[in-house]
Amino acid sequence: MDQQRPETSVVSSANFAPVNTPEPRSDFLKVENFNFYYGKKQALYGINMEIPERQVTAFIGPSGCGKSTLLRNFNRMNELIDGVHHEGEIYLNGRSIYDKAIEVIALRRSIGMVFQKSNPFPKSIYENIVYSLRIAGTNSRSILDETVERSLRGAALWEEVKDRLHDSALGLSGGQMQRLCIARAIANRPEVLLMDEPCSALDPIATAKVEDLIHELKKEFTIVIVTHNMQQATRCSDKTAFFYLGKLIEFDETQKIFTNPSEKQTEDYITGRFG
Amino acid sequence: MADQSTGIEQGGIKAFRKGPDLFRVLCWVASAATVATLAWIIVEITHQSWPAIRESGIGFLFGDKWIPNRGIYGVLPFLIGTAVSSLIALLFALPLGLSIAIFLSEDFLPLPIRQAIRFTVEMLAAIPSVVYGLWGIAVVIPLVKTFGSWAVVAFKDIPVLNTLFAPPAYGNSMLTASLVLALMILPTITAISRTALVAVPGTLREGAYALGATRWEAILGVIIPTAAPGIVAATILALGRAMGETMAIAMLIGNSSRLTSSLLAPAGTLAGLLANQFGEAEGMQVSSLMYAALLLVAMTLLVNMAGEFVLRYTQKRTAGIR
Repeated sequence: MDQQRPETSVVSSANFAPVNTPEPRSDFLKVENFNFYYGKKQALYGINMEIPERQVTAFIGPSGCGKSTLLRNFNRMNELIDGVHHEGEIYLNGRSIYDKAIEVIALRRSIGMVFQKSNPFPKSIYENIVYSLRIAGTNSRSILDETVERSLRGAALWEEVKDRLHDSALGLSGGQMQRLCIARAIANRPEVLLMDEPCSALDPIATAKVEDLIHELKKEFTIVIVTHNMQQATRCSDKTAFFYLGKLIEFDETQKIFTNPSEKQTEDYITGRFG
Repeated sequence: MADQSTGIEQGGIKAFRKGPDLFRVLCWVASAATVATLAWIIVEITHQSWPAIRESGIGFLFGDKWIPNRGIYGVLPFLIGTAVSSLIALLFALPLGLSIAIFLSEDFLPLPIRQAIRFTVEMLAAIPSVVYGLWGIAVVIPLVKTFGSWAVVAFKDIPVLNTLFAPPAYGNSMLTASLVLALMILPTITAISRTALVAVPGTLREGAYALGATRWEAILGVIIPTAAPGIVAATILALGRAMGETMAIAMLIGNSSRLTSSLLAPAGTLAGLLANQFGEAEGMQVSSLMYAALLLVAMTLLVNMAGEFVLRYTQKRTAGIR
């Protein structure tokens, strides 16, 4: 039940490190015949998809369509729920995430996640960001300092908080908290960044900041974002997947999905006829 | 109210409130009576202890002898006894109670079993104090005696420990009373800490897991720190209860006014002192006991107020996280 941290966690997480391929992989995250069940209730049906490296992939669809469920399978967060099981495979950079030799801890360290509701720990801004390093046993001041600056700059928050790094993170505004959570998620330099409706609780200005940030982050990370906001999907994603009732209906270039979808259901959804 | 008054309030509701409102009057009387009773208790105790306060003043707190038939009244051994027995009880009850609270707030066990454990622990609070005292006499006193006889020999040459466990080893002792006291305050610590732990938003837990934390790293690094103010409040409220606990202590601690450093020796607490001596006291002794009661009330009131304050602060803080 409790996963022991492997002493070789750095090595394990290095298993996911990109082999120096000049070309980004088109199947960096690969889902194969994937079914997922909450108890007896099936939530995902035969999903097959390939998510490209260092691009933004948006998951859209009405509530309950399974988009968040799939997202939360990429870092095996769904396993925290009782009575779930899956069939099929998910590969990260060519390697199964269910491989027995891979610790779920190492997997989660190479896949960052940003949640719908910002969830800063009741600690200082600094300690929030270095949390993942601290639990991995890194206590070198210089490494931690460097990580904090790099992550906060990466999350476009550095200028706003650099003078109060040791203040409580709970004193930040809603938008700042969410960017802090992004900074915390990228502190450990993950391969993939999962975002589960990251802007749904933010005002339009904060949303615009996060979207700009997504543009910047995709240079370094593979991003999968679940969103209810169709404009957001068009603005910041390269590819879009439309889910409906647990099935992947259509997956294509964002441009194509929103201008010339192949499926009737996709068209109905994006034009607002249902959902 | 005035600063929030809206049109409706001025017109309809306020007008309605002006009518003969028996319920409101009843509430006022009831609340006022509660406050008045507390005030009355304090005033009466102060009044009755006045002769002793006039005679011994602040020196009462520092006198280390309590010999009524020679008119010597010093309450220091009982002040220290109250503090020490409560603190030792906390020392045992806090780690145990917090562990149970963590266990009950996590899903290590199926929910029905956790609920059964929770119910059982909370039922400990329902057992009358005198029953704890009887149980202590039957079970804990022999245990402490046995342990004590072993400890005085084993720790004979170890500094500090040979002071704390100095011979002779009595059954009616500070240690016995503290152990039973620990059991008595366990439900307070467990119940309030559990509430604080359960109140930690699930999003924080998920956040820690998503960063690669193990369950224990999440518990120790995120969940307990988030619940910390509630746990502190639980500890303070338990301390308040321990200090005021009377019957079981009076039955177990040995009620000695001799100041000693050995945990195996009889000692006394303020509450125990009152229970033991009040019945047969007269004159200045009554007044001195009242003075001791005043001190006890002051101590427990302060500790309870601190606990309430911290608890309120927690609720505000957790509300901020959500």
